[in-house]
Amino acid sequence: MSKDVWVVVESLRGEVLENTYTMLAAGRTLADGLGGKLTALLLGSKAEGLAGTLGVADGVTYVDHPALADFTPDAYRRTISALVKEAAPRAVLMGHSSMGMDVASGISIDLGLPLVSACQTLSATAGFVSVTCGGKVLAEGKLPDPACLITLVPGGHKPQDGRKDTAPAVARVQPPVPLDDLKTKLKGYIEPEAGGIDITKESILVSVGRGIGQQDNLKLAEELAAALGGAVSASRPIVDQGWLPTSRLVGKSGKSVKPRLYLALGISGAPEHHEGMSDAECIVAVNTDEKAPILDYAQYGATVDALKLMPALIARVKQAKGG
Amino acid sequence: MDILVPIKLVPDLVEELEIAANGVALDRRFMRLIPSEQDDHALEEALLLKERHGGSVTVITLDTGDTDDTLYTAIAKGADRAIKVTGESFDEGVTNHAASSVLQAAAKDLTFDLVLTGAQATDDLDGSTGPLLAARLGLPFVGYVLAVSQEDGGIVVRKEYPGGLVAEMAVDLPAVLGISAAEKPPRYVVTSKVMEAMKTATIEEVAASDADAQGAAELARMYLPESGERAEMIEGGVDQVADAMVALFGKRGLLG
Amino acid sequence: MPIEPLLVLAVFLAALGLFGFRVYRRLEHMRLGQPAESIGQWRQRIWLWLVYVFGQRRLFRFARPGVAHFFVFWGFLLLLPTIAQAILEGVWPGFVLPFLGTFGPLALVQDLVAVAVAVAVVYDLYMRLIVKPERYKGSHKTEGVVVLFFILTIMVSLLVMNGIKREQGDSPIEPAYWQPVSAFVGSLLAGLSANAQDVLAKVAYWVHLSVVLLFLTMLPGGKHFHVVTSMFNVFLRDLEPPGKLPPAPQFGDQAGVKNVEQFSWRAMLNWYSCTECGRCQDVCPAYASGLELSPKLLIMGLRAHLYERGTALKAGPAKASADAPASAATAVLEKELTGDVISDAALWACTTCYACDQECPLFIEHVDPIVDMRRYLLTQQRADATLVDALMNLRRYGNSFGQSERRRAMWTAEMTPPIKDIRRESAHTLWFVGDYASYSPTLTAVTQATARVFQKAGVDFGLLYEAERNAGNDVRRTGEEGLFELLATKNKMALAGCEFQEIVTTDPHTYNALKNEYRSNGDADGMAAVPILHYTELLDRAITSGQLPIGRQLGYTVTYHDPCYLGRYNGVYDAPRRVLEAIGCRVVEMPRNRDRSLCCGAGGGRIWMDESAVRERPSENRIREAAALSEVGYFVVACPKDLTMYRDAVKTAGQEDRLAVKDLIELVEEALEQK
Repeated sequence: MSKDVWVVVESLRGEVLENTYTMLAAGRTLADGLGGKLTALLLGSKAEGLAGTLGVADGVTYVDHPALADFTPDAYRRTISALVKEAAPRAVLMGHSSMGMDVASGISIDLGLPLVSACQTLSATAGFVSVTCGGKVLAEGKLPDPACLITLVPGGHKPQDGRKDTAPAVARVQPPVPLDDLKTKLKGYIEPEAGGIDITKESILVSVGRGIGQQDNLKLAEELAAALGGAVSASRPIVDQGWLPTSRLVGKSGKSVKPRLYLALGISGAPEHHEGMSDAECIVAVNTDEKAPILDYAQYGATVDALKLMPALIARVKQAKGG
Repeated sequence: MDILVPIKLVPDLVEELEIAANGVALDRRFMRLIPSEQDDHALEEALLLKERHGGSVTVITLDTGDTDDTLYTAIAKGADRAIKVTGESFDEGVTNHAASSVLQAAAKDLTFDLVLTGAQATDDLDGSTGPLLAARLGLPFVGYVLAVSQEDGGIVVRKEYPGGLVAEMAVDLPAVLGISAAEKPPRYVVTSKVMEAMKTATIEEVAASDADAQGAAELARMYLPESGERAEMIEGGVDQVADAMVALFGKRGLLG
Repeated sequence: MPIEPLLVLAVFLAALGLFGFRVYRRLEHMRLGQPAESIGQWRQRIWLWLVYVFGQRRLFRFARPGVAHFFVFWGFLLLLPTIAQAILEGVWPGFVLPFLGTFGPLALVQDLVAVAVAVAVVYDLYMRLIVKPERYKGSHKTEGVVVLFFILTIMVSLLVMNGIKREQGDSPIEPAYWQPVSAFVGSLLAGLSANAQDVLAKVAYWVHLSVVLLFLTMLPGGKHFHVVTSMFNVFLRDLEPPGKLPPAPQFGDQAGVKNVEQFSWRAMLNWYSCTECGRCQDVCPAYASGLELSPKLLIMGLRAHLYERGTALKAGPAKASADAPASAATAVLEKELTGDVISDAALWACTTCYACDQECPLFIEHVDPIVDMRRYLLTQQRADATLVDALMNLRRYGNSFGQSERRRAMWTAEMTPPIKDIRRESAHTLWFVGDYASYSPTLTAVTQATARVFQKAGVDFGLLYEAERNAGNDVRRTGEEGLFELLATKNKMALAGCEFQEIVTTDPHTYNALKNEYRSNGDADGMAAVPILHYTELLDRAITSGQLPIGRQLGYTVTYHDPCYLGRYNGVYDAPRRVLEAIGCRVVEMPRNRDRSLCCGAGGGRIWMDESAVRERPSENRIREAAALSEVGYFVVACPKDLTMYRDAVKTAGQEDRLAVKDLIELVEEALEQK
């Protein structure tokens, strides 16, 4: 039984995606625990340079072919299946993502390998912990042997632990199977719309309510949102007063958002508002009223004055991000 | 285009979930099952394609319990056929590998150009039904699809990537697609139409052949994470709170 | 042969013919309409007809215009004989109407009423030309002014004719004191030569006749058709309780109303009776909040569309070809009732508060056609996403909050003693709690207070617990008839399995559904005999009978907001006020009280809809109305949706320090506290 761990690198238009680093972090932990090697599997066309941040891996296997220049399910699945079949690593990590999920199941059927998806944490001794039912249920078990496929979600391993800006040894290989007669072909990309923020697509929202006081104070919220890489959203009273357009409204008559972080400043958290953000992964509420309903369902809360908190947060966030 | 839409019934998260006595599965006795949200989108996309290009829409589901309402609603929305696959152990829950195997067998008697199903379901633990079915049927698969259009004898799909980027891909038919969102929100069909469907339409029942249940991992434990009743309050003045928050953000990987 | 009588006859017959033809046209269009429920209850009908048509009762809700119209109406009736006289004497010179043409007291009344009408008309012209009230916005104002001048002309010409007859000793009325006004007018013309008088009389006659006949031919074409139709409309109106919607139209596969001819003839008669007075528009909360709906424009639009479509259907669509453009008829036939004639936004804006129907002097029904058209819209996926979500939740969970049925009675968890489960043990009173009171976290405290007060009043009550579902009142009014029936069936099944003598509910919408919608014909569900009470009625009864001893007198000065479905729809105004008095509160009425109460904006499913188009929420408008009463410190409500809306509105209107929004039960509980 092999002890090696593979990570399938995800890249888009010349950039390695963040979840690859999460996978490398997990893969490193797993490989170390198993006593095996961690290999990053990179597919592309003239893309060897992407190996430059994959230093956490022991080696990179790079398959170069024009048909692999961009991700397409058919080409990638064929290639990965064949390589995995040949090398038979202990575990193959793919992203629980638009790319990873397109190929993981297919490889599972191709090779008859068990597939464990939505894994958050991996360990050689403890096995896997997967998240299901909207985060309400956790499932754990041993890693199926002798080999298995895994799709990974963020949250358990840190992407910082998976990134090292050095290139490990790169082994260039030919595509193991012919890449002609592909059933899925890329025609092109469509850029996201510039301008006009869609708060439903933001992963971090700084949301403001009546406690924000004057309209001028919105500037602070904007600054904080920018520092965090998110956007500003609002509860009803703010939109009613016309300080922000209805496109920023979170709640029953506004939008439903599921950000990774929902920072609620000066929002009481009435049910109509809660309806729009109850699925947020992490709700942090700041409200001087300790009886505010939002503090019943937020994960974290504080009763300091949001207006004073914002500048303090802005400074620290900028520092933490190295700016 | 003749379109097949497999629909999976999943636990309704509105209800409190409980773990079964065996500790490795959800207690399904009092669970409410609802159609997976993305499968609803898949059905909507299928109906939109039928409205544009003609053809038929067939809905198929495994009888894991509470399926009839879903099937009649699909017919009321405009689906032409509804098929329920019955099996002994289905009401205890089916892994996606097993389900796709059952669907593969049932699909032998059906003709279709396209299979549309949800890209993911909330209770997925072993991949998703769509790509598994595609692999079993030997058909191409693209997932996380936002739109499907018919072009030059084949189809072109829009696939979503992080950051709002979208890729356009041409796919040979027949194919399987995993829909994450239909071009329009799933239509609302008035109750009277569903009631009418219940009276006039028939759900075809098919017995499941033996499923290949291999492929999902065995679980050692299933459990509900601890959740506090109230927010964890961060004490202190503005500076302490700011410090604590930034540390929290970092721990959750939000400071990228 | 003398020319003039022939001319009079010809003109009269022509006018009559044209009038008849135009009425016939419109009757033909009405025949395209659907059958309505059979008419009955003759005694009640006649009585209401006398009060509301001859008594002009509703007109007086706007006092001065009401008085003016009262005189115009009676003037018209009383002066009819003079018109008959004029026509007949034109055809047969010297003819005098027997009795009606010679009866002195009648002539006196006619003289006086002619003046009254003239004064009324001058007042009305002042209103229309100088004051220009908002409610006329969108009406055919020119027609209004022209007709007023017509009426004035008819009055003046009549008096001139009569006056000259008096002067020339030609009047059939003797003695002269029976026609003081005519005599006076005559005396003004005494200075003219006999010839001049003759000419003037002739001129006055022809002006009189022409204007009358011109007005006659104009009647069917505009708002003055009500002169003819109002009698019938009020007499034949629907006498079912307002809170009971008529059965849903179904045309094969199609639910609701898609084309205008799918409305009943009674609805069409309604539209023909619309005077475009705008009283409905004035009291409409949707219109006031800046939404697209005006009940008046709705009715006018339906009327105009019925005419054009009726005409087009008769004409038959011409075949359009590549060379010849589609005929006008085809274009009209392609017009969609919902969307082109009445916009979707207008249809969804309605809160079904009934203020329009309540206000209309002609008893035109505005809410019913809106609901019928909504039924169609829902089948076409033309509804807000938020509404659709709420309906999906209602279908799946039986409540609009999207929460499990199992959580419905969670608010009872801490009640001691525990509340009876009426599914298991019988109780005298079944408390049908309602969605909002059960599920809304901000209202839990009030629901619990209600339970405590019931307990203190010694009420033997029980709940349906998880078996209760949304009663469906507003579901029905969004047009989801099937869902309403599903919910009603579930509720009725749950009720059927329990033993109780009466039902009490805290929610007026639930109250209306149970009282009016659940009691279907034939009473198969056994609900007909069960008394349904609103909690204010139950409290009123408990206090009056001494069962609920009031410990203290609160001494607050309050204003009470009448909920639409308790007040306007079901006439319960006094019970809550008596309760307030009994607990020592002084009630100061807002200008718009009782059946003029301004809807909070939540009804008709609006609470489940997108609010972004609203410019000023009716709830804020109402709070400001209350805040203007300087001595009032409390805004008292008796409906959970009102409580939700007004608690919010008092904040957004910036009146939190000025007014405390309280449910009546909160004050009652306060009054029960022993010192």
